[in-house]
Amino acid sequence: MENFLQQLINGVTLGSIYGLIAIGYTMVFGIIGMVNFAHGDVFMLSAFIALIVFLALTQLLGLTSLGLVFLIVLICAMALTALWNWAIERVAYRPLRGSFRLAPLISAIGMSIFLANFVQVVQGPRNKPVPPMFTDVIQVTSGGAFDVTLSYKQILIVSVTGILLLAFWFLVQKTALGRAQRACEQDRTMAALLGVDVDRTISLTFIIGAALAAVAGTLYMMYYGVVNFSDGFTPGVKAFTAAVLGGIGSLPGAVIGGLLIGLIETFWSAYFSSDYKDVAAFSILIVTLIFMPSGLLGRPEVEKV
Amino acid sequence: MPITRALREAAFAGLVAAGLAFPILTLGTELDQSNRLVLEQRWSWMAISAALVCVGRFLVLILASAPTHRVARAPLVSPALTRLLPSVSVMALFLFPLVMLFWLGPQGSLKWINNYGVQILIYVMLGWGLNIVVGLAGLLDLGYVAFYAVGAYTYALLSTQFGLSFWLCLPLAGLMAASWGAMLGFPVLRLRGDYLAIVTLAFGEIVSAVLTNWTDFSNGKAGIMSIPRVTFFGLPFTASENGFAATFGLEFQAIHRTIFLFYLILVLALITHVVTLRLRRLPVGRAWEALREDEIACRSLGINTVNTKLTAFALGAMFAGFAGSFFAVRQGFVNPDSFTFMESATILAIVVLGGMGSQLGVALAAVVMVGGTEVLRELTFLKEIFGSSFDPSLYRMLLFGLAMVVMMIWRPRGLISSREPSVFLAQKKNVSGALVQEGHG
Repeated sequence: MENFLQQLINGVTLGSIYGLIAIGYTMVFGIIGMVNFAHGDVFMLSAFIALIVFLALTQLLGLTSLGLVFLIVLICAMALTALWNWAIERVAYRPLRGSFRLAPLISAIGMSIFLANFVQVVQGPRNKPVPPMFTDVIQVTSGGAFDVTLSYKQILIVSVTGILLLAFWFLVQKTALGRAQRACEQDRTMAALLGVDVDRTISLTFIIGAALAAVAGTLYMMYYGVVNFSDGFTPGVKAFTAAVLGGIGSLPGAVIGGLLIGLIETFWSAYFSSDYKDVAAFSILIVTLIFMPSGLLGRPEVEKV
Repeated sequence: MPITRALREAAFAGLVAAGLAFPILTLGTELDQSNRLVLEQRWSWMAISAALVCVGRFLVLILASAPTHRVARAPLVSPALTRLLPSVSVMALFLFPLVMLFWLGPQGSLKWINNYGVQILIYVMLGWGLNIVVGLAGLLDLGYVAFYAVGAYTYALLSTQFGLSFWLCLPLAGLMAASWGAMLGFPVLRLRGDYLAIVTLAFGEIVSAVLTNWTDFSNGKAGIMSIPRVTFFGLPFTASENGFAATFGLEFQAIHRTIFLFYLILVLALITHVVTLRLRRLPVGRAWEALREDEIACRSLGINTVNTKLTAFALGAMFAGFAGSFFAVRQGFVNPDSFTFMESATILAIVVLGGMGSQLGVALAAVVMVGGTEVLRELTFLKEIFGSSFDPSLYRMLLFGLAMVVMMIWRPRGLISSREPSVFLAQKKNVSGALVQEGHG
């Protein structure tokens, strides 16, 4: 029981991070029908930006209030990563819009290779240990086989994710930008005819996706305490898996998929073997897709002749 | 474009570049003695990158706006040359090792035959194999390297555990990979487009995770060592009495094995090519292409789409299996690091950059991408310009990724963007690649 509860806490934490990244995949896919392979590396880049900003604030400027530092780091990482993703979209994807389906995919894979190696070249290939922060823990139960703990970090991750998802949901459902975005998703030509600036909307989609990935990156950096230039691929693929599992193009699906993948991974590691946790996540994806070919919440694709 | 506007846009691009460079370039993280991260400030990098982007953007704007009338984009390789090129290049390839040997001698030519010749031909073969799945049948496969791994491990395990020879293992590896291809094919038959892509990717990751973690079977990360090397149909390439050199009365040289490997992969690649060409004319090949163009029409016309997709997967996988066993016999050792997603992505990039479905295009793309990254290893003279701490090989993958992006923007339809029709009425006319569908399967 204690083990189950502890793994549930860990799984939800990990799942929140996956969910945040998955939204970036699912939004971009929804609007331009492209798998943005570089998104995982954008996430990695954001973790590096967060780390550098954190070090700059604590070492160069000598700020000591951890809460304030965290807030500034989060905002800086979101803004700078958004700028990166905006530039990436502008340079690598926009010229290929309207081209055939695989062209932006290859361009994105190229961008992914570029970003990972760029960070390796400019920041070095070694693991970067992050100074520990928010180390306090709360004991949830005690006296059992072992104490179930909930760390401040985990509370922070889940609450930041929750708040941002609410804000994001509001943005997509209630604002003019969200309406334009959903209109572009349904029919880009029609949206353009009705006066929606499609290019701008797509750029904003990339910016929002990157900002959420940057939140995930900051939390990841803080939670695991180490970042490396190759950290983008695996979480990226897992988040993409989460997006597909939830039904690609569906925003609640991405979050649910992320939580599911996070839970599957942690429970599998806890009860079976951590060697095969990736195999477990991917196998469940394959099995789900065999029985529900468009994911959990995805709309089935209608074939028209 | 007026100069002032170009200047304004260039200044904007420079500003963006400065923003992009701000934390990641200007502040380097270094570990000090106590294993703590410290920041290293290098503000000049930011200025340099901003200036470079600014100047680059300005030049692009000025040069791009120079010709006022746009001519229709000419094909990269003219059709007449396209017809002639295959036979000429096959001749050249057969002569390549011998010419190199006489020109540079056994030591000097080793690098060229091995790093350029054999390495590029492996990717040509893999590209042609994947071309069956992606280019002809229109099924997006992101886990192709799994079958390459199956082939490599089939040979590695059968030869080290049961002592089977390469020539027996080669067809077995192909069969094994083909059956794995069919096995993957079954569950994914119902999936379309990107769902198919992610499942194939997941499959590739599962195979590589199993190879890494199932130590009893594959010896995990350490891989399988001392795989028997290739023999000349039973004659080993050693200095011994019954070796290849002694039997043919030659002086023993290590280059003999490399040359033999070169011809071996050349023949394997050509087999892949010829089989693909012939299959395109058979009902199954035409069904692949029909499936790529329109699946619903296919089904309405009574084509068995299940069998069609399965054969595409299985045949594509079979050639990857052959290439895999060749890889194992060439390296003499295999480990899971050679079969990462990166490899799948590279092979897919070669197929798409070449122009999907175009055999010649795939070969050209393999030469450009694989040969290009090999060339970057050679640029040691850059050390003299940028100082001895400059390591050009670090920039290899960085430039590889950048080249993928640039080539896609330059030619989204690939290097060879015209197709020879497989079925035609009265007269054979090349069609533009833009008219070919990419498939949704």
